[in-house]
Amino acid sequence: MKTEEKNNIPAADGFNIQNENARKRKIFLKALKYIVCIIVSVIMLFPMYWMLTTSFKTPMNVAKFPPQWWPNPWTLANYTEIFYKHPFSKYLWNSLYIAALVTLGVVVFSSLAGYAFAKIKFKGNNVLFMIILCGMMMPIEVTIIPIYIALSGMQLADRHIGLIICPIFGYCGAFGTFLMRQFFMTVPDELIQSAKIDGATQPKIFVHIILPMAVSSIATLIIFTFLQSWNDYLLPLVLLSSSDKYTLPIGLSLLSNEDGMKWELVMAAATFSTLPILVVFYLCQNKFMASLSMSGLKG
Amino acid sequence: MTGNNGNKTSLLKNHRNIEYLDAKWGYAFIMPMLIGFIIITIAPVIATFAFSFTDRSLMKVHANFTGLQNYKQLIGDKVFRNTMLQTLEFTVLLIPSNLILTLALAVLLKEKFKGCGFFRTAVFTPVVTSVVVWGVLWRYIFQTENGLINTILKMFNVQGPQWLMNIRLAIPIAVFVTLIKGLGMNMIIFIGAMLDVPQDYYEAASLDGATKWQQFLYITLPCITPSIFLVVIMTTIGSLKVFGQVKNLSNGGPGTSSYVMVFYIYQLAFKNYDFGYASAVSVMLFLMIVLLTIIQWKLRKNWVYYED
Repeated sequence: MKTEEKNNIPAADGFNIQNENARKRKIFLKALKYIVCIIVSVIMLFPMYWMLTTSFKTPMNVAKFPPQWWPNPWTLANYTEIFYKHPFSKYLWNSLYIAALVTLGVVVFSSLAGYAFAKIKFKGNNVLFMIILCGMMMPIEVTIIPIYIALSGMQLADRHIGLIICPIFGYCGAFGTFLMRQFFMTVPDELIQSAKIDGATQPKIFVHIILPMAVSSIATLIIFTFLQSWNDYLLPLVLLSSSDKYTLPIGLSLLSNEDGMKWELVMAAATFSTLPILVVFYLCQNKFMASLSMSGLKG
Repeated sequence: MTGNNGNKTSLLKNHRNIEYLDAKWGYAFIMPMLIGFIIITIAPVIATFAFSFTDRSLMKVHANFTGLQNYKQLIGDKVFRNTMLQTLEFTVLLIPSNLILTLALAVLLKEKFKGCGFFRTAVFTPVVTSVVVWGVLWRYIFQTENGLINTILKMFNVQGPQWLMNIRLAIPIAVFVTLIKGLGMNMIIFIGAMLDVPQDYYEAASLDGATKWQQFLYITLPCITPSIFLVVIMTTIGSLKVFGQVKNLSNGGPGTSSYVMVFYIYQLAFKNYDFGYASAVSVMLFLMIVLLTIIQWKLRKNWVYYED
C-alpha cells in the first residue's frame, strides 16, 4: 500500500530513475572491478602456467609456432631427466634439510633471546638489544666477503655449515629476536610473577608458560625463515662449488646457464623447485600473507 | 613478632636472590644469539671496512695496507659509475610504479567480495617463488627467439625487439620482473593500513558529499602515510640490493649495461677475486643502506608523534 502511494507522487519518479541510474552505475563498476582483477591475476599467474605446461612438453613442441598453449602430447621425460641425469632429488634434500635446520635454530635462539629482552631485567638489556636491532639492516651482501674468506680459510666454504649458521646469526635471527620480543612484551608481567612465587625458575617459565602462548608468532617466524632459506641465492652461490652440495636455486640457475640447455628441462626443474612451497602456501595462504607482510614491517 | 620480622627479611632476601638469578638467566638466554651475532654479523662488517683499505686478493694472502687507494680508484672507475647509474635507474623506475600499482591494488582488493581471496592469492603468488625461478622463467618469456612475448608479437606480424640483448631494455625488464614479484607484499601491507583507518571518517565525508576519489585523496592517503613511507624505504633498500633477478635475466649484460651494485661486488670479489676493491664497493652499499635506515627511523618517530 505504502509503496503504491509513493509511486503516485511525481517527485518519487525522479527518485526512482536516479535510483535506477545508481544501480546501473554500481553494476558497471562491479563488472569493471572484476575485469581489472582478472587481468591482473592473469599477468601474475600466466608465467606460472607457462612454466608448468612447458615442463610437460616434448622438445619438438616447445619452439612451435604458433605456441602450443596446452601440451599435446604430455610427457614426463623432462622430469625423469632432471632426476636421473641431474641430481635434483639431491638438491631438494639439501634445500629441505638446510632450511629446516635454519628454521629450528632461528626459532630456538631468537625466542630465547626475545623473551629475555622483553621480560627479564638485567644490566645492558637495552644496549644489547639495540646491537641486534642494528643487525637487521646489515645485509649479507655487505658481510659476504669476510665470511667467504673466513670459511674457505677453515676449509668450510664448500660445506653446508655456512648456509646454516649465517642466516641464524644474521638477518633471520635478528628479525626473529625482534619479532619475538615484540610478542613477549604483550605477555602480562603478573603471569610470570605468579609463576615465580610458585617457585618456578626462568627456564621452566619459558618452556611451560611462555612458549605455548607464542605459537602464532612462532608460526610467523617459521614461515618467514623457511622461505628465506629455501630461496636463498647469493650465499650458496658464493660458497658452494661441488655439485652434490648445491641447493635447488643454485642447481636451477646452473642448469639454465649450461651450453645447449633445453628450456623444457629448465622449466621442469623450476616447477619442481617451486611446487613444494606453492602447495604449502595455497594450504595456509592467509597465514603466509600476514607473516610475510609483517616481516616487511620490521624496524 | 620477631618471627614475622625474620620472615619478612628472608622474603626480601629471597626476592633479591630471585632477581639475581633472573639476571643470570637473562644473560644465559641471550648469549647464544649475541655471541653468534657478533661473530657472524658484526665482525664481518668491521672486516669489510678493514679490507677496503687493503689490496687483499686471492693471490695476496698477506695484504698490504693501501690507505684510500681503493676509494680513489672508485672515483675513476667507469664501470662503477655506470653501476651506480644503473642502480639508480632501477630504483627510480621501480619506486613510483610499485607505489601506484600497489595502492591501486589495495584499494581494489581491500573490501571483501566474492573471489577477492582468490585475487589476493594470485597477486601474492610471485612473492613466494624464489628470485631464481622467477628470473629464469622471465628470461624464457623474454627470449628473442621463441620467447613467449616475441612469439605472440609474431602472430600479429610484429618483429619483437631483442629484449634482454638490448642495452636500453635490460634494466627496465629487470624492473618489470621485480615489480610483478613484489606487488603482493606491499599490497597486503597497504590493505592492513587501509583497514585501520576509522570507518566514521568516511561516513562523515560522504555525508558532506565527498566523492570516492576525494575520500581516497584526503582521508585514506594521509592516514596511511606511515605505511607508504615504510614501503618506499623498504623498496629502495631492496632495489639497492637487487641481484638474483639481474644475474638470472641478463647476467649483467649486454656488456656491463645491467650491472647493479651487488652484481658488481659479486663480479669483483668472486670472479676477479679482488677482495680489497670489492670491499670498498660493499662499504658504499653499506653506507647507503645505513643512511636510508636512519632516515626511516627518524621520520617514523615524527609520524608516531603525528599519529597521536
